[in-house]
Amino acid sequence: MARPRLDSEARAGLSLIAPPFLYALVILAAPLMTILAYSFLTDGYLEVLPEGTLQNYGQVLTDPIVRAVMLRSLIVAAVVTFATVVTAFPIAYYVSFMVRPERKAMWLFLITIPFWTSYLIRVFLWKVILGYNGVVNSSLTGLGIIDEPLTFILYNVNAIVITLAHAYAPFAILPIFVALEKIDRSLLEAGRDLGESRLMTFWRVTLPLAMPGVIAATLIVFIPTIGDYVTPEVIGGGKIPMIANMIQVQMLALDNRPLGSALAVTAMVIVALVSALFLFLNRRFLKVRQ
Amino acid sequence: MNRQGWGLQAYAIFYLLFLYAPIILLPLFAFNSGTIIAFPLQGITTDWFAQMWADATLRRALTNSLMIAVSASILSTCFGIFAARASTRFGFPGKGGIMAFIMLPMVLPEIIVAMSLLVVLLGMGVQLSLLTVIAGHTLICMPYAIAVLSTAFSSLDRSLEEAAYDLGETKWGAFRLVTLPLVMPGIISALLISFTISLDEFIIAFFLAGNEPTLPTYIFSQLRFPRAIPVIMALGTVLVVLSIVLLALGEYFRRRGNARIGGKPTGGLL
Amino acid sequence: MTDKPMIQCHGVHKYYGDYHALRGIDLTIRSGEFFSLLGPSGCGKTTLLRTIAGFEDISDGAILIDQKRMDEVPANKRPTNMVFQSYAIFPHLTVAENVAFGLRRDPRGKAEKAAAVDEALAMVGLAGYGARSAHALSGGQRQRVALARALILKPKVLLLDEPLSALDRKMREQMQVELIKLQRQVGITFVLVTHDQEEALVMSDRIAVMFEGEIAQLDGPEALYARPATRRVADFIGVMNFLPAQVISEAGGIVTAEVAGLGRVDLPATQISRANPEDEGPMVGFRPETMTLLGPGATHSQPRETNATIDEVVYYGDMTYYDLRLDGAARLDGKARTVRISMRNVFGRDVQEVGTRTRLAWSPGSLVLFR
Repeated sequence: MARPRLDSEARAGLSLIAPPFLYALVILAAPLMTILAYSFLTDGYLEVLPEGTLQNYGQVLTDPIVRAVMLRSLIVAAVVTFATVVTAFPIAYYVSFMVRPERKAMWLFLITIPFWTSYLIRVFLWKVILGYNGVVNSSLTGLGIIDEPLTFILYNVNAIVITLAHAYAPFAILPIFVALEKIDRSLLEAGRDLGESRLMTFWRVTLPLAMPGVIAATLIVFIPTIGDYVTPEVIGGGKIPMIANMIQVQMLALDNRPLGSALAVTAMVIVALVSALFLFLNRRFLKVRQ
Repeated sequence: MNRQGWGLQAYAIFYLLFLYAPIILLPLFAFNSGTIIAFPLQGITTDWFAQMWADATLRRALTNSLMIAVSASILSTCFGIFAARASTRFGFPGKGGIMAFIMLPMVLPEIIVAMSLLVVLLGMGVQLSLLTVIAGHTLICMPYAIAVLSTAFSSLDRSLEEAAYDLGETKWGAFRLVTLPLVMPGIISALLISFTISLDEFIIAFFLAGNEPTLPTYIFSQLRFPRAIPVIMALGTVLVVLSIVLLALGEYFRRRGNARIGGKPTGGLL
Repeated sequence: MTDKPMIQCHGVHKYYGDYHALRGIDLTIRSGEFFSLLGPSGCGKTTLLRTIAGFEDISDGAILIDQKRMDEVPANKRPTNMVFQSYAIFPHLTVAENVAFGLRRDPRGKAEKAAAVDEALAMVGLAGYGARSAHALSGGQRQRVALARALILKPKVLLLDEPLSALDRKMREQMQVELIKLQRQVGITFVLVTHDQEEALVMSDRIAVMFEGEIAQLDGPEALYARPATRRVADFIGVMNFLPAQVISEAGGIVTAEVAGLGRVDLPATQISRANPEDEGPMVGFRPETMTLLGPGATHSQPRETNATIDEVVYYGDMTYYDLRLDGAARLDGKARTVRISMRNVFGRDVQEVGTRTRLAWSPGSLVLFR
């Protein structure tokens, strides 16, 4: 009896996955391929000329303004990610280790609620809190702690960092929490039993075991942050653009689609490289532990 | 609790304050009679809510957003059911690559999805409308729906469906009578999460909606006018209350579904 | 039980990609029989059961149920029902709804169906449990619901996939007896898959022992235990002692062999089985309970007697195990070895101590030669 090349299970699986896969092909793959193609074409006046060129990428890599924006995006994303993950870890640790099991769900609920409120309004409110006449400054001047309103938190990269760190906090807490929850509590007791101090047990047992969660949190925060459009627009008032704002300006306002496409492709490559780096680190980390 | 425990607890409370700072301000300014969003507060008023209620553009934006969110959540959940079942139940060639590709929007900056889609739509001469937003939102909600549904499908004992088939049901009957009721809490969660994501999504709506306002694009357009801010604060307050109610409802149904099939109540909505 | 065949497998092969899971199974299960498929995990027993149920296609061969070809018939149209290892009780339905699940297409009226459900529940000892929620049941109760749910459809064959493995020991022993009684009561052919040799011996009329996708031996429990067809079957079922042997002569179907520690014995063809390929030479095997440890001055009616020293004593309450060094056990290959003898502890017989010189009484009829 001849065996068919695809057994019935493979056929069932493929026919089930076909609708979502085709949808993603049409709505995602086709557009991505289009901008990839655009990025190698020449910008004409109001139209795209079908002439192949590498000039767009040349401009992306050499133009000082583009470079500055790229660098700013990378630095902001890196600082936001670092700040978010470092401040999120103690919270995840607290909920996982200190909160009684029956109250953990409530804590997670409390942590996720702010995340479900309008992103735009949250971003705007940070502007209110940090602004020249904002909550922080008016309180501090009212209490007589400062005479002049603080300006270092206003309309600049610092404000963007604080706002984004707030926006992505639950995304950092949850993966770390999940990783901490998976740790067998008897391992920690074993560490203590073997004569390690609390701090050393944390350093040598808890932290390494929580590392996959920390790396997941890093990626989950970094990727959307580097592509964020709203925060620079609302907080920075458009004066300190990041990569997403620049893509939009090239694509629409300046109508230079090839250059906009080249920027988008470059941004994707950066995201992919950073993700690959972290996934590689994660794998190495797991290997060392085994 | 020892000293370290107290330290952590104090930090946790401080952190919650940080998380809730913007949300605590919302109702303060929504009920504040002053037209400028700054301290000190003036007096109490409900004018902003009345103005919000009377705003025709806002109502239009709300209707649009609801239409988009309902369509996108249903579509992405349907696609999600197909994908989650395929990935948890069957092995097929190219599975890893196909699944990774479908989940890609989760890790792709939204501006890139929005821009590339916009360039293609404009190139093809497609008229921008609510439909184009729905198409984009379905794409970005799909991975979240799949993630939620995969958990629901994979916690299902495979022999349950086989048992139904063995007892004389057709394959479709087994799915309808056994699998579907058991993954229903997952389906409701997927719908809720997709709905919430779509309702709050700004970038795709901003670029793909043409002239039609949605709630986030309306809010964005109003943020530029200081006079309009108190109304936006009122709107924000209503949205916060609504989303808390919705979340609590979702959590309630999830727990009830869990209790009904004897599972342990663990974790949150995510 | 009749001699009418209920399930026939002819040259059944099953491949998963390149993996050859079933390698030419030929098997006839009789109508009304309690039949077991026994083997270690990965031997193909569950695959064979699932091909009979219709959950897996076969790659080659034929399966007949009640003398009708079943290869192309899907599981929901076969006259078989299954009790799953996890029981697969539908957690969103009540006990009664679970039991009535297969009756959905039954043309009978509501009252008749309800009566059938009550009858099925009573049969498995769950009368009055119908309104309970299924997920609130204990393991043993779930098992009973699974049985009632399958038996209510009056299948020609009931397939049981490791049905007792999730139960604790006491419950398992109780359910073994109940399953035997139930099978006798309904008269349906039962096919049980198990990796537990004791369970198979207790419950089955006949047992097929499987290794690596092939049937190694198909026999009744007593024959399987006393005359394992291969050394591998002997190892898998119960405890067997092995001593090296040397074949001296063969004449008229009788093999004469020199056995280390036991001396010269004559063994007829019925006591000769296949050795494992990796065995170094012929071996003679015997079960621990087939030899008797004699107290000082005790007499016996066995034809043979051997001297030994007690190396270790393990006391179990009802039984005592003795590890013995037989005199001359190392004569053939120079290796020291012990054999294990089990003695029932009866009133008036003392447990002997380590180091004691003692005697064993035995009969050549209890030996099996593996060559």
